[in-house]
Amino acid sequence: MIKTDVVIIGAGPTGLFCAHQLGIIGLKCEIVDNLDKIGGQCIELYPDKPIYDIPAVPKCTGEELTNNLIEQIKPFNFNFHLSDRVQELKNDNNKWLVKTLNGKKFETPNIVIAGGVGSFEPRKFPTKSAEKYDGKSVLYSIKDKTIFKDKSVVIFGGGDSALDWAIELSNSSKVTLIHRRDEFRGAPASVQKIKELSDNKTIDLITKYSIKDVKGNGSLESVEIKSETGESKVIKADYVLGFFGLIMQLGPIAEWGLNLDKKTIPVNTENFETNKKGIFAIGDICTYPGKLKLILSGFHEGALAARGCFKYARPDEKYRFEFTTASSTIKDRLGVKE
Amino acid sequence: MAKIKYIEFNGTEHEADIANGLSVMEGAIQNDIPGIDADCGGGMSCATCHVYINDDKWFKKLPEKEMGEDDMLDQAFEPSSKSRLSCQLIVSDDLEGLTVHMPEKQV
Repeated sequence: MIKTDVVIIGAGPTGLFCAHQLGIIGLKCEIVDNLDKIGGQCIELYPDKPIYDIPAVPKCTGEELTNNLIEQIKPFNFNFHLSDRVQELKNDNNKWLVKTLNGKKFETPNIVIAGGVGSFEPRKFPTKSAEKYDGKSVLYSIKDKTIFKDKSVVIFGGGDSALDWAIELSNSSKVTLIHRRDEFRGAPASVQKIKELSDNKTIDLITKYSIKDVKGNGSLESVEIKSETGESKVIKADYVLGFFGLIMQLGPIAEWGLNLDKKTIPVNTENFETNKKGIFAIGDICTYPGKLKLILSGFHEGALAARGCFKYARPDEKYRFEFTTASSTIKDRLGVKE
Repeated sequence: MAKIKYIEFNGTEHEADIANGLSVMEGAIQNDIPGIDADCGGGMSCATCHVYINDDKWFKKLPEKEMGEDDMLDQAFEPSSKSRLSCQLIVSDDLEGLTVHMPEKQV
Protein backbone atom coordinates (compact mmCIF):
# COMPACT_ATOMS: atom_id res chain seq x y z
CA MET A 1 0.00 0.00 0.00
CA ILE A 2 1.46 3.33 -1.08
CA LYS A 3 0.34 6.27 1.05
CA THR A 4 0.34 9.58 -0.75
CA ASP A 5 -1.33 12.98 -0.77
CA VAL A 6 -2.79 12.69 -4.24
CA VAL A 7 -3.25 10.03 -6.93
CA ILE A 8 -3.41 11.57 -10.38
CA ILE A 9 -5.15 9.54 -13.04
CA GLY A 10 -3.71 10.47 -16.42
CA ALA A 11 -0.21 11.57 -17.38
CA GLY A 12 -1.23 14.01 -20.09
CA PRO A 13 -0.28 17.70 -19.98
CA THR A 14 -3.02 18.53 -17.49
CA GLY A 15 -2.06 15.76 -15.07
CA LEU A 16 1.62 16.64 -15.37
CA PHE A 17 1.10 20.30 -14.64
CA CYS A 18 -1.19 19.49 -11.74
CA ALA A 19 1.64 17.33 -10.37
CA HIS A 20 3.91 20.35 -10.71
CA GLN A 21 1.51 22.51 -8.76
CA LEU A 22 1.24 19.85 -6.05
CA GLY A 23 5.02 19.74 -5.83
CA ILE A 24 5.20 23.49 -5.55
CA ILE A 25 2.83 23.55 -2.58
CA GLY A 26 4.64 20.67 -0.91
CA LEU A 27 2.36 17.72 -1.61
CA LYS A 28 3.32 14.29 -2.91
CA CYS A 29 1.55 12.46 -5.69
CA GLU A 30 1.57 9.24 -7.65
CA ILE A 31 0.62 9.30 -11.33
CA VAL A 32 -1.13 6.41 -13.07
CA ASP A 33 -1.64 6.13 -16.83
CA ASN A 34 -2.68 3.20 -18.94
CA LEU A 35 -0.43 4.14 -21.85
CA ASP A 36 3.14 2.85 -21.71
CA LYS A 37 4.46 6.39 -22.00
CA ILE A 38 3.96 9.82 -20.48
CA GLY A 39 2.07 12.50 -22.42
CA GLY A 40 -1.51 11.39 -22.98
CA GLN A 41 -3.20 12.58 -26.15
CA CYS A 42 -0.21 14.83 -26.91
CA ILE A 43 2.07 11.86 -27.28
CA GLU A 44 -0.42 9.31 -28.56
CA LEU A 45 -2.48 11.34 -31.01
CA TYR A 46 -0.26 14.17 -32.18
CA PRO A 47 3.39 13.88 -31.08
CA ASP A 48 4.57 15.63 -34.26
CA LYS A 49 1.76 18.11 -34.75
CA PRO A 50 2.60 21.68 -33.76
CA ILE A 51 0.46 23.31 -31.07
CA TYR A 52 0.16 27.10 -31.37
CA ASP A 53 -1.83 28.10 -28.31
CA ILE A 54 0.32 27.38 -25.31
CA PRO A 55 0.84 30.76 -23.61
CA ALA A 56 4.32 32.17 -24.26
CA VAL A 57 5.21 29.19 -26.46
CA PRO A 58 4.52 30.28 -30.04
CA LYS A 59 4.86 26.78 -31.40
CA CYS A 60 5.71 23.34 -30.03
CA THR A 61 4.82 19.76 -30.84
CA GLY A 62 2.94 17.42 -28.55
CA GLU A 63 6.19 15.63 -27.83
CA GLU A 64 8.10 18.81 -27.02
CA LEU A 65 5.35 19.99 -24.70
CA THR A 66 5.40 16.64 -22.92
CA ASN A 67 9.17 16.63 -22.57
CA ASN A 68 9.13 20.14 -21.13
CA LEU A 69 6.45 19.24 -18.62
CA ILE A 70 8.40 16.16 -17.56
CA GLU A 71 11.48 18.35 -17.15
CA GLN A 72 9.47 20.82 -15.09
CA ILE A 73 8.39 18.22 -12.50
CA LYS A 74 11.73 16.42 -12.31
CA PRO A 75 12.76 18.09 -9.02
CA PHE A 76 9.83 16.43 -7.26
CA ASN A 77 10.72 12.84 -8.21
CA PHE A 78 7.11 11.74 -8.48
CA ASN A 79 6.41 8.12 -9.34
CA PHE A 80 4.74 7.15 -12.58
CA HIS A 81 2.75 3.94 -12.87
CA LEU A 82 2.47 3.40 -16.61
CA SER A 83 0.63 0.67 -18.52
CA ASP A 84 -1.68 0.49 -15.55
CA ARG A 85 -5.19 1.69 -14.91
CA VAL A 86 -7.04 2.72 -11.78
CA GLN A 87 -9.75 0.15 -11.54
CA GLU A 88 -11.43 0.56 -8.19
CA LEU A 89 -12.01 3.34 -5.65
CA LYS A 90 -13.29 2.77 -2.17
CA ASN A 91 -13.97 5.38 0.46
CA ASP A 92 -12.66 4.60 3.89
CA ASN A 93 -13.01 7.24 6.57
CA ASN A 94 -12.13 10.28 4.43
CA LYS A 95 -9.44 8.33 2.61
CA TRP A 96 -9.67 6.81 -0.81
CA LEU A 97 -8.38 3.30 -1.29
CA VAL A 98 -7.28 2.94 -4.88
CA LYS A 99 -6.65 -0.32 -6.69
CA THR A 100 -5.09 -0.65 -10.13
CA LEU A 101 -5.43 -3.29 -12.77
CA ASN A 102 -1.90 -4.51 -12.03
CA GLY A 103 -2.75 -4.87 -8.36
CA LYS A 104 -1.10 -1.72 -7.00
CA LYS A 105 -2.79 -0.14 -4.00
CA PHE A 106 -2.79 3.45 -2.84
CA GLU A 107 -4.23 5.23 0.16
CA THR A 108 -4.89 8.90 -0.42
CA PRO A 109 -7.22 11.70 0.65
CA ASN A 110 -7.30 13.05 -2.92
CA ILE A 111 -7.77 11.76 -6.42
CA VAL A 112 -7.34 13.99 -9.43
CA ILE A 113 -8.88 12.61 -12.58
CA ALA A 114 -7.00 14.08 -15.52
CA GLY A 115 -8.10 11.33 -17.80
CA GLY A 116 -8.67 13.20 -21.04
CA VAL A 117 -11.43 11.43 -22.89
CA GLY A 118 -10.77 8.19 -21.09
CA SER A 119 -8.12 5.58 -21.42
CA PHE A 120 -6.68 4.48 -24.72
CA GLU A 121 -7.67 0.99 -25.78
CA PRO A 122 -7.00 -0.74 -29.07
CA ARG A 123 -9.87 -0.57 -31.55
CA LYS A 124 -11.19 -4.07 -32.00
CA PHE A 125 -12.75 -5.87 -34.95
CA PRO A 126 -16.40 -4.96 -35.45
CA THR A 127 -17.32 -8.61 -35.95
CA LYS A 128 -18.97 -10.29 -32.98
CA SER A 129 -17.44 -13.64 -33.85
CA ALA A 130 -13.95 -12.24 -33.20
CA GLU A 131 -14.72 -11.74 -29.50
CA LYS A 132 -14.64 -15.46 -28.86
CA TYR A 133 -10.98 -15.62 -29.83
CA ASP A 134 -9.97 -12.30 -28.28
CA GLY A 135 -6.64 -12.59 -26.52
CA LYS A 136 -6.05 -16.11 -27.82
CA SER A 137 -5.86 -16.09 -31.60
CA VAL A 138 -7.39 -12.67 -32.32
CA LEU A 139 -4.88 -10.14 -31.05
CA TYR A 140 -4.47 -6.37 -31.03
CA SER A 141 -0.93 -6.25 -29.71
CA ILE A 142 1.95 -8.67 -29.65
CA LYS A 143 3.78 -9.73 -26.55
CA ASP A 144 5.51 -12.89 -27.74
CA LYS A 145 6.21 -13.12 -31.44
CA THR A 146 7.50 -16.70 -31.26
CA ILE A 147 3.92 -18.03 -31.11
CA PHE A 148 3.53 -17.12 -34.80
CA LYS A 149 6.39 -19.28 -36.05
CA ASP A 150 5.30 -21.37 -39.06
CA LYS A 151 1.69 -20.23 -38.59
CA SER A 152 -0.72 -18.47 -40.92
CA VAL A 153 -1.10 -14.92 -39.70
CA VAL A 154 -3.64 -12.51 -41.15
CA ILE A 155 -2.92 -8.87 -40.33
CA PHE A 156 -5.42 -6.03 -40.77
CA GLY A 157 -4.46 -2.37 -40.92
CA GLY A 158 -2.51 0.21 -42.87
CA GLY A 159 -0.41 2.01 -40.29
CA ASP A 160 3.07 1.41 -38.96
CA SER A 161 2.09 -1.32 -36.50
CA ALA A 162 0.41 -3.37 -39.22
CA LEU A 163 3.23 -2.87 -41.72
CA ASP A 164 6.06 -3.42 -39.24
CA TRP A 165 4.58 -6.65 -37.95
CA ALA A 166 3.80 -7.88 -41.47
CA ILE A 167 7.44 -7.31 -42.41
CA GLU A 168 8.80 -8.80 -39.19
CA LEU A 169 6.58 -11.88 -39.16
CA SER A 170 7.08 -12.59 -42.88
CA ASN A 171 10.45 -14.14 -41.96
CA SER A 172 8.93 -17.06 -40.13
CA SER A 173 5.16 -17.06 -40.76
CA LYS A 174 2.79 -17.10 -43.67
CA VAL A 175 1.57 -13.51 -43.63
CA THR A 176 -1.46 -12.00 -45.31
CA LEU A 177 -1.84 -8.23 -44.98
CA ILE A 178 -5.30 -6.78 -45.55
CA HIS A 179 -6.14 -3.10 -45.74
CA ARG A 180 -9.33 -1.27 -46.63
CA ARG A 181 -7.72 0.94 -49.30
CA ASP A 182 -4.70 1.04 -51.61
CA GLU A 183 -2.84 3.74 -49.71
CA PHE A 184 -1.03 3.06 -46.46
CA ARG A 185 -0.39 5.56 -43.73
CA GLY A 186 2.77 3.82 -42.50
CA ALA A 187 6.28 5.16 -43.08
CA PRO A 188 7.20 5.32 -46.81
CA ALA A 189 10.13 2.91 -46.34
CA SER A 190 7.81 0.31 -44.78
CA VAL A 191 5.23 0.76 -47.54
CA GLN A 192 8.00 0.21 -50.09
CA LYS A 193 9.15 -2.91 -48.29
CA ILE A 194 5.61 -4.29 -48.14
CA LYS A 195 5.24 -3.80 -51.89
CA GLU A 196 8.53 -5.66 -52.49
CA LEU A 197 7.47 -8.53 -50.22
CA SER A 198 4.17 -8.68 -52.03
CA ASP A 199 5.81 -8.59 -55.49
CA ASN A 200 8.12 -11.47 -54.63
CA LYS A 201 5.21 -13.38 -53.05
CA THR A 202 6.68 -13.45 -49.55
CA ILE A 203 3.43 -12.02 -48.24
CA ASP A 204 -0.07 -11.85 -49.66
CA LEU A 205 -1.27 -8.30 -49.88
CA ILE A 206 -5.01 -7.75 -50.25
CA THR A 207 -6.40 -4.23 -50.40
CA LYS A 208 -9.93 -2.84 -50.50
CA TYR A 209 -11.13 -5.63 -48.24
CA SER A 210 -12.17 -5.66 -44.61
CA ILE A 211 -13.06 -8.33 -42.09
CA LYS A 212 -16.44 -10.04 -42.35
CA ASP A 213 -16.22 -13.00 -40.03
CA VAL A 214 -13.82 -15.30 -38.24
CA LYS A 215 -14.47 -19.00 -38.29
CA GLY A 216 -13.30 -21.95 -36.31
CA ASN A 217 -14.31 -24.94 -34.37
CA GLY A 218 -12.84 -24.44 -30.95
CA SER A 219 -9.70 -23.00 -32.42
CA LEU A 220 -9.53 -20.35 -35.10
CA GLU A 221 -9.40 -21.75 -38.62
CA SER A 222 -10.09 -19.00 -41.10
CA VAL A 223 -11.11 -15.43 -41.60
CA GLU A 224 -13.65 -14.26 -44.15
CA ILE A 225 -13.10 -10.88 -45.75
CA LYS A 226 -15.37 -8.72 -47.85
CA SER A 227 -14.98 -5.97 -50.40
CA GLU A 228 -17.31 -3.02 -50.65
CA THR A 229 -18.64 -4.37 -53.90
CA GLY A 230 -19.82 -7.53 -52.17
CA GLU A 231 -17.13 -10.04 -53.03
CA SER A 232 -15.82 -12.20 -50.25
CA LYS A 233 -12.86 -14.49 -49.70
CA VAL A 234 -11.92 -16.98 -47.04
CA ILE A 235 -8.32 -17.13 -45.87
CA LYS A 236 -6.80 -19.78 -43.65
CA ALA A 237 -5.67 -18.26 -40.39
CA ASP A 238 -4.12 -19.47 -37.17
CA TYR A 239 -3.91 -15.92 -35.87
CA VAL A 240 -5.69 -12.70 -36.80
CA LEU A 241 -4.10 -9.40 -35.83
CA GLY A 242 -5.87 -6.05 -35.95
CA PHE A 243 -4.01 -2.73 -35.86
CA PHE A 244 -6.57 0.05 -36.14
CA GLY A 245 -5.07 2.49 -33.70
CA LEU A 246 -6.43 3.36 -30.30
CA ILE A 247 -9.82 4.57 -29.18
CA MET A 248 -10.64 6.31 -25.95
CA GLN A 249 -12.94 4.64 -23.45
CA LEU A 250 -14.14 6.11 -20.19
CA GLY A 251 -13.74 2.67 -18.63
CA PRO A 252 -14.00 2.18 -14.86
CA ILE A 253 -14.33 5.96 -14.20
CA ALA A 254 -17.99 5.55 -15.11
CA GLU A 255 -18.49 3.21 -12.14
CA TRP A 256 -17.29 5.41 -9.30
CA GLY A 257 -20.58 7.14 -8.59
CA LEU A 258 -19.49 10.42 -10.14
CA ASN A 259 -22.03 12.62 -11.85
CA LEU A 260 -21.53 12.30 -15.58
CA ASP A 261 -22.62 14.53 -18.43
CA LYS A 262 -22.17 12.43 -21.57
CA LYS A 263 -18.53 11.43 -21.22
CA THR A 264 -17.50 14.32 -18.97
CA ILE A 265 -17.57 14.97 -15.23
CA PRO A 266 -19.25 18.15 -13.91
CA VAL A 267 -17.08 20.08 -11.43
CA ASN A 268 -17.24 23.33 -9.53
CA THR A 269 -14.88 25.99 -10.83
CA GLU A 270 -13.50 26.92 -7.43
CA ASN A 271 -11.35 23.84 -6.96
CA PHE A 272 -12.58 21.42 -9.65
CA GLU A 273 -13.97 18.98 -7.14
CA THR A 274 -16.62 16.57 -8.37
CA ASN A 275 -19.74 15.48 -6.50
CA LYS A 276 -17.48 13.19 -4.45
CA LYS A 277 -15.40 14.75 -1.71
CA GLY A 278 -11.70 14.44 -2.49
CA ILE A 279 -12.19 13.53 -6.13
CA PHE A 280 -11.26 16.27 -8.55
CA ALA A 281 -11.52 16.30 -12.33
CA ILE A 282 -9.45 18.50 -14.62
CA GLY A 283 -8.68 18.81 -18.32
CA ASP A 284 -10.78 17.41 -21.15
CA ILE A 285 -12.70 15.12 -18.85
CA CYS A 286 -14.26 17.87 -16.72
CA THR A 287 -17.11 20.13 -17.65
CA TYR A 288 -18.54 23.39 -16.32
CA PRO A 289 -20.23 26.41 -17.88
CA GLY A 290 -17.84 27.93 -20.39
CA LYS A 291 -15.46 24.96 -20.45
CA LEU A 292 -12.85 25.12 -23.20
CA LYS A 293 -10.97 21.97 -24.15
CA LEU A 294 -7.65 23.77 -24.29
CA ILE A 295 -4.41 22.65 -22.71
CA LEU A 296 -4.09 26.06 -21.08
CA SER A 297 -7.48 25.60 -19.41
CA GLY A 298 -6.25 22.25 -18.10
CA PHE A 299 -3.23 23.96 -16.56
CA HIS A 300 -5.45 26.45 -14.76
CA GLU A 301 -7.76 23.70 -13.58
CA GLY A 302 -4.80 21.68 -12.29
CA ALA A 303 -3.43 24.63 -10.34
CA LEU A 304 -6.73 25.17 -8.55
CA ALA A 305 -7.38 21.47 -7.98
CA ALA A 306 -3.94 21.21 -6.34
CA ARG A 307 -4.99 23.83 -3.78
CA GLY A 308 -8.21 21.90 -3.28
CA CYS A 309 -6.15 18.80 -2.50
CA PHE A 310 -4.09 20.71 0.06
CA LYS A 311 -7.13 21.14 2.28
CA TYR A 312 -7.65 17.38 2.63
CA ALA A 313 -3.99 16.39 2.67
CA ARG A 314 -3.01 18.92 5.36
CA PRO A 315 -6.24 19.51 7.29
CA ASP A 316 -4.39 21.13 10.16
CA GLU A 317 -2.37 23.55 8.09
CA LYS A 318 -3.43 26.77 6.45
CA TYR A 319 -2.51 27.04 2.79
CA ARG A 320 -0.37 30.09 2.10
CA PHE A 321 -0.15 31.46 -1.42
CA GLU A 322 3.42 32.07 -2.55
CA PHE A 323 5.16 33.07 -5.77
CA THR A 324 7.91 30.89 -7.24
CA THR A 325 9.96 34.02 -7.85
CA ALA A 326 10.02 34.98 -4.21
CA SER A 327 9.47 31.97 -1.97
CA SER A 328 12.57 30.30 -0.57
CA THR A 329 10.44 27.31 0.48
CA ILE A 330 9.38 26.74 -3.11
CA LYS A 331 12.94 27.18 -4.32
CA ASP A 332 14.04 24.51 -1.86
CA ARG A 333 11.35 22.18 -3.19
CA LEU A 334 12.59 22.84 -6.70
CA GLY A 335 16.18 22.29 -5.63
CA VAL A 336 17.14 25.73 -6.88
CA LYS A 337 20.42 27.02 -5.47
CA GLU A 338 21.04 30.73 -5.33
CA MET B 1 -26.67 28.42 -43.34
CA ALA B 2 -27.59 24.97 -44.54
CA LYS B 3 -30.17 22.40 -43.56
CA ILE B 4 -28.30 19.18 -42.76
CA LYS B 5 -29.99 15.86 -42.24
CA TYR B 6 -28.36 13.42 -39.81
CA ILE B 7 -29.58 9.85 -39.88
CA GLU B 8 -28.70 7.57 -36.99
CA PHE B 9 -27.79 3.96 -37.63
CA ASN B 10 -31.23 2.88 -36.38
CA GLY B 11 -32.86 5.13 -38.95
CA THR B 12 -33.86 8.02 -36.66
CA GLU B 13 -33.65 11.25 -38.63
CA HIS B 14 -32.63 14.65 -37.30
CA GLU B 15 -32.65 17.86 -39.27
CA ALA B 16 -30.93 21.05 -38.20
CA ASP B 17 -30.06 24.42 -39.64
CA ILE B 18 -26.32 24.78 -39.22
CA ALA B 19 -24.61 28.14 -39.46
CA ASN B 20 -21.94 28.65 -42.08
CA GLY B 21 -18.45 28.06 -40.79
CA LEU B 22 -19.40 25.38 -38.29
CA SER B 23 -18.47 21.82 -39.10
CA VAL B 24 -21.09 19.15 -39.65
CA MET B 25 -19.72 17.59 -36.44
CA GLU B 26 -20.22 20.79 -34.43
CA GLY B 27 -23.71 21.07 -35.87
CA ALA B 28 -24.56 17.68 -34.42
CA ILE B 29 -22.99 18.38 -31.02
CA GLN B 30 -24.64 21.79 -30.63
CA ASN B 31 -28.02 20.37 -31.51
CA ASP B 32 -27.62 17.33 -29.23
CA ILE B 33 -27.90 14.95 -32.14
CA PRO B 34 -26.63 11.54 -31.01
CA GLY B 35 -24.31 9.33 -33.01
CA ILE B 36 -21.27 11.58 -33.27
CA ASP B 37 -18.80 11.52 -30.37
CA ALA B 38 -16.01 13.85 -31.53
CA ASP B 39 -13.66 12.83 -28.71
CA CYS B 40 -10.81 15.05 -29.87
CA GLY B 41 -13.04 18.07 -30.38
CA GLY B 42 -12.42 18.56 -34.09
CA GLY B 43 -8.67 18.14 -34.37
CA MET B 44 -8.71 15.32 -36.91
CA SER B 45 -6.94 13.31 -34.21
CA CYS B 46 -9.53 10.65 -33.52
CA ALA B 47 -12.09 8.97 -35.70
CA THR B 48 -15.21 9.37 -33.62
CA CYS B 49 -17.11 11.85 -35.82
CA HIS B 50 -17.21 9.37 -38.68
CA VAL B 51 -20.17 9.62 -41.08
CA TYR B 52 -21.12 8.10 -44.40
CA ILE B 53 -22.16 10.21 -47.37
CA ASN B 54 -24.21 7.57 -49.13
CA ASP B 55 -25.29 9.80 -52.02
CA ASP B 56 -22.49 9.64 -54.54
CA LYS B 57 -23.37 13.03 -56.02
CA TRP B 58 -23.03 14.63 -52.62
CA PHE B 59 -19.81 12.78 -51.88
CA LYS B 60 -18.23 14.21 -55.03
CA LYS B 61 -19.57 17.67 -54.36
CA LEU B 62 -17.91 17.91 -50.94
CA PRO B 63 -14.45 19.43 -50.65
CA GLU B 64 -11.87 16.67 -51.10
CA LYS B 65 -10.27 15.02 -48.10
CA GLU B 66 -7.19 16.70 -46.80
CA MET B 67 -4.05 14.76 -46.10
CA GLY B 68 -4.56 12.76 -42.95
CA GLU B 69 -8.32 12.33 -43.07
CA ASP B 70 -8.12 8.93 -44.72
CA ASP B 71 -5.40 7.90 -42.27
CA MET B 72 -7.76 8.69 -39.42
CA LEU B 73 -10.63 6.95 -41.18
CA ASP B 74 -8.53 3.77 -41.26
CA GLN B 75 -9.01 3.81 -37.50
CA ALA B 76 -12.77 4.40 -37.59
CA PHE B 77 -15.48 1.84 -36.98
CA GLU B 78 -16.34 0.16 -40.31
CA PRO B 79 -15.00 2.79 -42.71
CA SER B 80 -15.90 2.58 -46.37
CA SER B 81 -15.32 4.57 -49.55
CA LYS B 82 -18.29 6.73 -48.53
CA SER B 83 -16.73 7.67 -45.21
CA ARG B 84 -15.83 11.19 -44.08
CA LEU B 85 -14.90 12.78 -40.80
CA SER B 86 -17.69 15.23 -40.08
CA CYS B 87 -15.28 17.64 -38.34
CA GLN B 88 -13.72 18.22 -41.74
CA LEU B 89 -16.99 19.14 -43.47
CA ILE B 90 -17.42 22.88 -43.05
CA VAL B 91 -20.94 24.13 -43.57
CA SER B 92 -21.69 26.70 -46.26
CA ASP B 93 -24.83 27.50 -48.25
CA ASP B 94 -23.60 24.92 -50.78
CA LEU B 95 -24.28 22.13 -48.29
CA GLU B 96 -28.04 22.86 -48.15
CA GLY B 97 -29.77 19.49 -48.13
CA LEU B 98 -26.74 17.34 -47.29
CA THR B 99 -27.58 14.03 -45.65
CA VAL B 100 -25.07 12.19 -43.49
CA HIS B 101 -25.52 8.70 -42.13
CA MET B 102 -24.02 7.72 -38.82
CA PRO B 103 -22.19 4.40 -38.34
CA GLU B 104 -23.45 1.80 -35.89
CA LYS B 105 -21.04 3.20 -33.32
CA GLN B 106 -18.06 5.50 -33.08
CA VAL B 107 -15.89 3.64 -30.59
